[in-house]
Amino acid sequence: MFKLIPRENVSPVLSLLGPLFSVGLTMIVGGILFYFLGVDPFAAIKMIFWDPLMSETFSTYSIPQIFIKGAPLILIALGLSVGFKANVWNIGAEGQYIMGAIFGASFALSLYPLESIVIFPAMILIGVIGGCLWSMIPAFLKVKFQVNEILVSLMLVYVAEQILALASLGFLRNPDGAGFPGSRNLNQYTSASNAEIIAGTGIHLGVLLSLLLVIFFYVLLFRHSLGFKIKLLGNSPKASGFSGDNPNKLIFLCLTLSGSLAGLAGIMEVAGPAGQINIDFNVGYGFTAIIVAFLGRLNPIGIFFAGIVMALTYVGGELTQFMLNLPAAAIQVFQGMLLFFLLSFDLFVHYKIKLKGNK
Amino acid sequence: MRQFMKYFSASFLFISMVITSSIAIAADYKVGFIYIGPPGDHGWNYQHDVGRKAVDEAFGDKVETVFQENVPESADAERVMTQMALSGADMIFATSFGYMEPVLNVAKKFPKVKFEHATGYMTADNVSTYSARFYEGRTVAGHIAGKMTKSNTIGYVASYPIPEVVRGINSAYLAAKKANPNVEFKVIWIFTWYDPAKEADAAKTLISQGADVILQHVDSSAIMTVAEEAGVYAFGQASDMSAFGPNAHLTAIINGWAPYYVKKVKQGMDGTWKGAEQTFDGIGAGMVIIGPLSDKIPDSVKKEAMEIRDGIASGTLHSFTGPINKQDGSPWLKAGETADMGTLLGMNFYVEGIEGDIPQ
Repeated sequence: MFKLIPRENVSPVLSLLGPLFSVGLTMIVGGILFYFLGVDPFAAIKMIFWDPLMSETFSTYSIPQIFIKGAPLILIALGLSVGFKANVWNIGAEGQYIMGAIFGASFALSLYPLESIVIFPAMILIGVIGGCLWSMIPAFLKVKFQVNEILVSLMLVYVAEQILALASLGFLRNPDGAGFPGSRNLNQYTSASNAEIIAGTGIHLGVLLSLLLVIFFYVLLFRHSLGFKIKLLGNSPKASGFSGDNPNKLIFLCLTLSGSLAGLAGIMEVAGPAGQINIDFNVGYGFTAIIVAFLGRLNPIGIFFAGIVMALTYVGGELTQFMLNLPAAAIQVFQGMLLFFLLSFDLFVHYKIKLKGNK
Repeated sequence: MRQFMKYFSASFLFISMVITSSIAIAADYKVGFIYIGPPGDHGWNYQHDVGRKAVDEAFGDKVETVFQENVPESADAERVMTQMALSGADMIFATSFGYMEPVLNVAKKFPKVKFEHATGYMTADNVSTYSARFYEGRTVAGHIAGKMTKSNTIGYVASYPIPEVVRGINSAYLAAKKANPNVEFKVIWIFTWYDPAKEADAAKTLISQGADVILQHVDSSAIMTVAEEAGVYAFGQASDMSAFGPNAHLTAIINGWAPYYVKKVKQGMDGTWKGAEQTFDGIGAGMVIIGPLSDKIPDSVKKEAMEIRDGIASGTLHSFTGPINKQDGSPWLKAGETADMGTLLGMNFYVEGIEGDIPQ
C-alpha cells in the first residue's frame, strides 16, 4: 500500500503556510457542510470571521470579547507548546485549569469578607500553584516510574472535575445561595475580583498577562539557552543527555510550567469573566488550547494569532447559531476541521508518500 | 508549490466572496431563547423549544424567535445573551438555573431588554423569573410508582442536588409511601442535566439493585430506552417519551411552557410586561401537565391518579401536607399543615424514610 518517507528538506515556507492553508480549507469544507445544513455558506463564514470584527452592531462588544475568550487559550497553549517541543505531552491542562481556579478561589473565599490589597496577588499565586501541583502528579510519575504522562494527565482531568463538583456543592458553596450549588461571586468581593482594566470592555488582567507572556515565551524559547535545551530534548533525547542536560529535570519543568500557566488561566477566569466556582465552570479551554498550540506552530507569536482565530470561531460561531440557526455541533465540527487539516498538511510537508510497488 | 498556490488563491477568492455577501433581518419584535442542551433531547430543552414554536405560531410574522443551544452556564452565557441583545432582541428567555448571574449582568447593561429566567430566584427591574411546580406532577407519578412496583424498590435518577430536584424526590416519595407503605427509594445523583450515557448507566445500576420503576429528573430519553429493554417501568420527564419505551412508559410529567411564553411575549409587545415578578405555576395553571396514562396501569390506579391530579389543580390537595418529619426525625409539618413557599424553594433536606444523604 502506501509508505511514508521523511523528506530530507522540509520547506520552511510551506510549514509556515500550513495554518493559513488549513483555515482556508476549513472555510471551504465547512462552507459545504453549512450548505447541506440548509444555511447560506457565504453568510455563515462571513458571520464567523467578519462580523465579530467589522459589523457595526457587534464589533464594539465582540472585539474585546475575542481577546477575553482568547486569553485562557493563549495562556494554556503557551505552556503546552514548551512541553510539546520537548516531546512531553500534557493533555490534562483542563484539569490543571480547574485546580488553579479552585485553589485560588478557595484561598480568597476563606478570607471573605476581609478586604486587603494583598489578597488579589496572593490568590493569583495560589492559583498558579494549584495548577502546578496538579501537573506535578504526571511529572513525578513520568520521571520516577516512566508512567505515560498522556494517560495520567488526561485521567486527572476527570478527577479535577469531580473535585470541582465537590467544591461547588460542598466546601465552596455560597452560604447565602439558598442551597443552590456554586460559590460566592468573586466579582462581588472587591479584594478578589479580577475586574476589568479598561472600563466597559471586560478586558481583565489575564488578557494583559497573555500578551506579556507571549513576549516572555518568545524570548525564552528563541533567545535563551533553556529554549535550545528543550528543543534538543524533543529532537534528540540522547544528544540532550550527552550535552550534560538532565532530561528528567527538563521533563519536570515542561509539565509543571504548562500546569502553572493553566492554573493562571483558571484563576484569572474564575475571578474574572466566570465570577464563581460552579459545576460547569470548565468549558474545554484546556483541550482547545492543544489545537491552538499546534495551529500556532508551537511558536509564541503563532500561538497568539491562533488563539485569536480560535476565539473568533467561538464568538462568531455563536452569532451564526442564533442569527442563522446553525446547530452548535456544526461549529464544533468546524473547529475540529482546523486541526485535522493542519495535521494532514503537516504530514505532507514532512513526508513523501510512496506507493509500495509490486516487487 | 504551484498546486498549493492555486488552492491558496482559491480560498482567498472564497473569503472575498464571503465578505461581499450580506444578511437581511427584519421583524417587529425579536425574542431570543438560550438552551442548556440541544432541543433534540426530547426533554427539558425540547419543551422550551415547543414553547418557542408556540410563540412563532401565535404571532406569525410579527415576532421573530431565535435560539441558541448548548450554552454553558458560564461566562459564555453572558456573551451569548449580550450578542442577542445587540442583535436587537426585545425579550430573552434564559431557560436554565445557572444563567442567573449572567442574566442579571446582561440585564444591567440592557435596561430596555426584558429578561425571563427559568427556575432562578433573583430578579431585577427588567428580569422576571418563572418556574413550574414540577413536584405536583411527581406526586401523581409517585402514587402510580408506589402502586406499580412489585419489588417495592423505586429508582430515582437525579441531576444536581438543588432544591428543585430534592423537592421532586421528597414529593414522589411521600406519594409512593402513601400508596404503598413498603416502598423504598434508591437515588443516584449524576451531576448533569443531559448525558444520555450517564443516565443510562444510572438506570442500569438501579435496575440491578432491584428497582422495577424508575423516576428521573434528567433530560434525555435514555432511561426510557433502558427501562424498555429491561422490562421495567419508567416515567417521561419534561415531555412525553412513550415513543422510546411503549411498554415501559407509564405517564409523563410534561412541562407546559407554551402558554406562559405566548402570554409574556404578548405582554412585552403591548407594554404590560412587568419585571421583578416571580411565577411559580403548577398543574392548575397548565404549566405542569400529566401525560396520557399507560394501559398497563389498572383502572383503579388510573382513577386515583386523576383524583390526585384534579385535587392538586383545584387546590384541595397539597403535595406536602403534614404530618411530615425530616429525614433526621425532627418534625417539619404538623398534621394538616402545608409547606410554605420559602421552605419549598430552598428545600435541602430529605423527608423521613428516604435513605442516603443529599450530596454536600
